[in-house]
Order: sequence, then C-alpha cells, then structure tokens
Amino acid sequence: MSILLNRDTKVLVHGISGKIARFHTKEMVGYGTNIVGGVVPGKGGEIVNDVPVFDTVKDAVEQTGATASIVFVPPPFAADSIMEAADAGIEFCVSVTDGIPAQDMMSVKRYMRRYPRNERMRLTGPNCAGTITPGEALLGIMPGNIYIPGSVGIVGRSGTLGYEAASQMKALGIGVSTSVGIGGDPINGSSFKDILELFEEDPKTEAVVMIGEIGGPQEAEAADFIRDHMTKPVIAYVAGLSAPKGRTMGHAGAIITAFGESANEKVGILREVGASIAPDPSLIGTTVAQSLLKAS
Amino acid sequence: MDIHEYQAKSILANFGVAIPRGGLAYSPEQAAYRAREIGGNKWVVKAQVHTGGRGKAGGVTLCENEEQVFDAADKMFGKRLVTNQTGPDGKFTYRVYVEGGVHIEREIYLGFVLDRKSERIMVVASASGGMEIEEISEDHPDSIIRSIVEPAVGMLDFQAREIAFKLGVNPGQIPQTVETIIGCYKAFRELDATMVEINPLVVTSEGAIIALDAKMTFDDNALFRHPDISELRDKSQEDQRESKASDRGLSYVALDGEIGCIVNGAGLAMATMDIIEVSGGRPANFLDIGGGASPERVAKAFNLVMADDNVKAILVNIFAGINRCDWVAEGIVQALQNNPVDVPVIVRLAGTKVEEGRKILASSGLPIIRASTLAEAAERSVEAWQNTNKSTNNVQILGEVAS
Repeated sequence: MSILLNRDTKVLVHGISGKIARFHTKEMVGYGTNIVGGVVPGKGGEIVNDVPVFDTVKDAVEQTGATASIVFVPPPFAADSIMEAADAGIEFCVSVTDGIPAQDMMSVKRYMRRYPRNERMRLTGPNCAGTITPGEALLGIMPGNIYIPGSVGIVGRSGTLGYEAASQMKALGIGVSTSVGIGGDPINGSSFKDILELFEEDPKTEAVVMIGEIGGPQEAEAADFIRDHMTKPVIAYVAGLSAPKGRTMGHAGAIITAFGESANEKVGILREVGASIAPDPSLIGTTVAQSLLKAS
Repeated sequence: MDIHEYQAKSILANFGVAIPRGGLAYSPEQAAYRAREIGGNKWVVKAQVHTGGRGKAGGVTLCENEEQVFDAADKMFGKRLVTNQTGPDGKFTYRVYVEGGVHIEREIYLGFVLDRKSERIMVVASASGGMEIEEISEDHPDSIIRSIVEPAVGMLDFQAREIAFKLGVNPGQIPQTVETIIGCYKAFRELDATMVEINPLVVTSEGAIIALDAKMTFDDNALFRHPDISELRDKSQEDQRESKASDRGLSYVALDGEIGCIVNGAGLAMATMDIIEVSGGRPANFLDIGGGASPERVAKAFNLVMADDNVKAILVNIFAGINRCDWVAEGIVQALQNNPVDVPVIVRLAGTKVEEGRKILASSGLPIIRASTLAEAAERSVEAWQNTNKSTNNVQILGEVAS
C-alpha cells in the first residue's frame, strides 16, 4: 500500500512533446511508472516516447483508462490543462509547472469545487517536484534512486530540500511509503493537511515527515489536524528561520506577511501539538530515526 | 512587482475610483508648474518611492504657495527617503507627485489581498483609516471588516454595499463608496494584482469619496499578459543586485551576513541559511539558482554573490536530482577558473554522480574546500569565514581579548 500512486496507476503526460516532458517521461518509465499516453492539442495520433498522443484529455482517458496525469505545460496554459484533467475524470494530477499566475490557481480551485468531493480530482502542486512511491512508480521530476521503499511518508513544499531529507533517511536505512511534493506556490492543489489525512489512513505508513517553510497558513492548519486526528508520529522541519519579513524567498508562497507565518512561529505551533521537530536541516534523518525508535 | 502611488492612482481612476487632481514632476520647477496647473491654494508634494510610511519620514509635505512647493520638491529630489519600511539604506526619490489639497472629514482604510486561507480575494476595510493596517489591527481590531469574494461571480453590489454601510458612510455617499470598492476589485482581478490598498480613502467636507493614497502590487507570474503593467517597473526602487539577479532568472535576496550562499531550490536555499545560523555564521544572501543548476547559472551566481563586499566565504550547496554532480562540478571549476574569487569557497555536492563530481573538484587544482554533508558544509563555511576574519582583523581581535 501507499498513497496516491502505485505501479499499476495509469498515467498521462500533458505536453508530452516538449523537450523537458520527453526527458522526464523517459525517466519515469525507467523507474517503472505506467505511462499510457500523452496529451498535446493538435498532435493526436502521433507517437512520442513509445506512447500514443491524444488531442484532448477526455479522448486519452477513454482510450487508455488513465486515472492520473502530470502537467508539463508552460505557465500561461497550465491552469487550463489542469482544469481539463479535472473535467475528464482524472483522479490524481501533479502539476510541475512553476510560474502559474496566482489568480489562475484561484480559478482552478473554484472550478474543481463543481465536482462532488468523492469525484473531485486531487491536485498536487503547482511548482512541485511530484510524488513517488519508492520501488513502484514516480510521477514527477525527482531522482528515484535517493528513496528506498519503507513505511515513512514525506510531505513537503520544496523539491531539493525533500531530496535532502530522503537521502538522510536512506543513509540511515529508513524507507519511504510515498513522498508527496505539494509545491511552493501561494495557492496549491493540496495542503499539508490533505496529505496528512491520506497518510493517517494508509496502513503502510507508520510515521510522517512534514517539511514546511515560511509563509501561509497551511502548517498551522496541519497542526490542528495533527492535534485532533493524527495517531501516527509526525516529524517536522520548517525552513526559513533566518528569512526576513515581507521578502519572497524563491518560492512565490515563501513570504512572511502575517502573524504565525514565520518559521519560528510555525515550529512553535507544531511542537505544541506533539510533532518532533528537527532542530536543523541536517538532523531530519536522525530525528525520524529517534521518533521511530520511540514509537516502536 | 510594486508600482508608484501616481501610477496606481491613474490605474484605479480608469476603474471609477475618484482621485485628487495631480501631476508628476521630475524637478522642483516642474513641481511648482504642476501646482499652478492644478490651481487652488493648498497642495501636497509627495515623494514617489516604493514604500509605505512616507508621511512620518518627510516624504509628504503640505504647501500653501508655489515657493513652498518648489522647496518641498527640492528637498526630496535625489535624496534617500528612509521610512520604517525601507531599512536603513532608504530609497531614492527621482519623481514627486503634486496634488491639490482636500478638506478631509474622515479617513477610511480600504485594502484588497489574495487571502491564502480562503484562496480568494479578500476585502479588508476599517473606519479607522489613516494609519497602517498593522496598527489598526492592534488598536482597533473590532473595526476591521473582512469580506471574501466568490471568484465565479466576482464582487457583487450587495457585498460592496454591506461594506459601505458597515464603514458608516452617509446614505448619500453609499453609491460612490460602492463604485470605489467594485472599481478596486475589478482592477485587482483584471490586472492580476496581489494587493490593492487605499489608505486613506477620505470623505471630503463636500461629501465626495476620494483615494488620497494608493498602493498596488502585481503578481510577477502574470506580467506576461500585462505588458502595460510590466512597463511601470522602476528599477531605481529595487536593490541593484536583486534586479540584476531577477533579470538573469535567478532568485536572490540580499541579507546582511558574511557567508554567501549558492543553492539549487528555494527550500534547500532557506535550509542552508538556517544551518549557517545554527553553526554560528550569518548568511549574506538567499540565492536559488533553480533545480537545474547549469554551469552558466553557477557562473552567474558567483558573479552576483561576489558583488557583495560583505561576503567573506561562499558556500555552494547543490543537490543534483535530474542534473548530475559531474556537470555541476565542471560548472563550478569553469566559473572559478574564468573569474577567480579571493574568498574561501566551500562546495557540497549530493545526489546523482556525486563521486564523479567530487573527483572533478579535487583534480581541478583549485583551493576548493569540499564537504559531503549539509552540517559539514556549514561548519567548514563558518570556520573559513572566522579564519579570514582573524587574518584581516587581527589587531581588533587582540584588542578585544585584552580588554
């Protein structure tokens, strides 16, 4: 078991004919991901990376039975592509694209609400590295070899900081059930809380590492969920302890504008609800190890 | 992206928001001429700088004749305006805006933000205008009105009316208040703003509703579809290194420490700053060169970081995912061979082909300090910085010990 993705999940690639998409499609297939098709308007009928290309997501879903997709579409057209996936019945969509206008994401989130909760697509990203279920499938741009299969879930905003955490865990022999990137944008498809909920329900996951950063209310919202519903240990690190207020730190969403949005305040909130805090980013792996030892 | 007050006012005026008569000036002579053009017997001269808190810092002067307008403008031009929001360096004034005086009866706060909790546009208003929203939320938290706009239908009349009535304006002023609120919302939505603030929005003794100040910030990610807004960018208001970086597609924030950072990925870049602090150093900057970390980007990053005179050591921290450490290592070696730097360089590589990358660094003959973990990289950087500090400030350090 895992969350969101396994080796049988049938996957579409939006924008598969682009250079970056072709490269990552090859990587994903190499890892074992079941890529069944691509979508590029106007290129239906062609074959790219050995899979058929369709003009619309609806056509692709009908012909391949795909339930997941990954969006490698440039920012001006990405929101449209995500909404097309939602309308075609895709269940899980990863948007890697960085630079989607915030108000486009506002529209995307509003549009997705037209579907009842049990039929609503789950979106992660934009501006994320993707999701991986180690040893099974990879839907994103991360290097598969830094993750080993196991029972610790990872959820985080940042790509490379997530790699850092996974490789520290690998060095200690700690494996990962699924790692989910939720992205660095101010409005994103899934929040920390959304993914914690899935890990809490997943029998394979025994503990969760949560990698937050400055800006926005989602770490505090996750803390409420941890306090009220989470039975599994949570290990947390929040990046940006030294970040100044009011400045955007790379990620469009990493900006402290309100009370409770600094790294120190978030760490305080998470510690209060019982999360084990990694005191600095080099100690994420060992904090996980200690937490697992305590739980066993 | 931020714009100037006069630009925000001109945009909002096109959306039905009333503004005082005003004109832009690039010299004291022009400012006096603007005053004559506007007419009346009271004017306000306002420094056009990208910051709030101008009034208390001497950036807004009330004048009663043309000589006073000339003098007020003369005092502002070419000077740095230091407000409680600019930091100690302040921001240069190259333009002033001259406006006709208005008889103020009361002041209202009207703001629009992209609320991350509801993921929608939120109106924030208060009858206690004229001070910063932070002060209002501290001193008069009950006066704050919040209203979230449903994106599918946009701001509705009744919603704007509710806000207007809660603000306590007279029934006769309701239509114009509603028009102002809806106008700001439309400007926010149509132009991809992330913030619109009118503070104060005033009720004049003649009963008009007028925006006395205006601030707008735009979503950088949406500028591609607003070329007219992109043109309003004023680089003189930005940190020079930061604008240089953004022109080159790098994300850079200047800080006041001594250890320069070159990192791929925003989260890892923040984490690198954190561990430098934990190890007893201070980061000189935030710099994300992107997940890819191509040799060209690495070279640009070195130039950028070295332009900061405070930098006494540079920490390069690259986690190669898709990229390969051997390519990144070659990039670092090339960058340092073409542009040697006179401070210690600490490199930590991790991820794909890390052994090959380390070999390239080792065999380059360059005095690169290598580290294999994040903790080691931070420790080495702090050590290197302390050593350079000792050699340059020997006398001072001895002096401190003696005292």
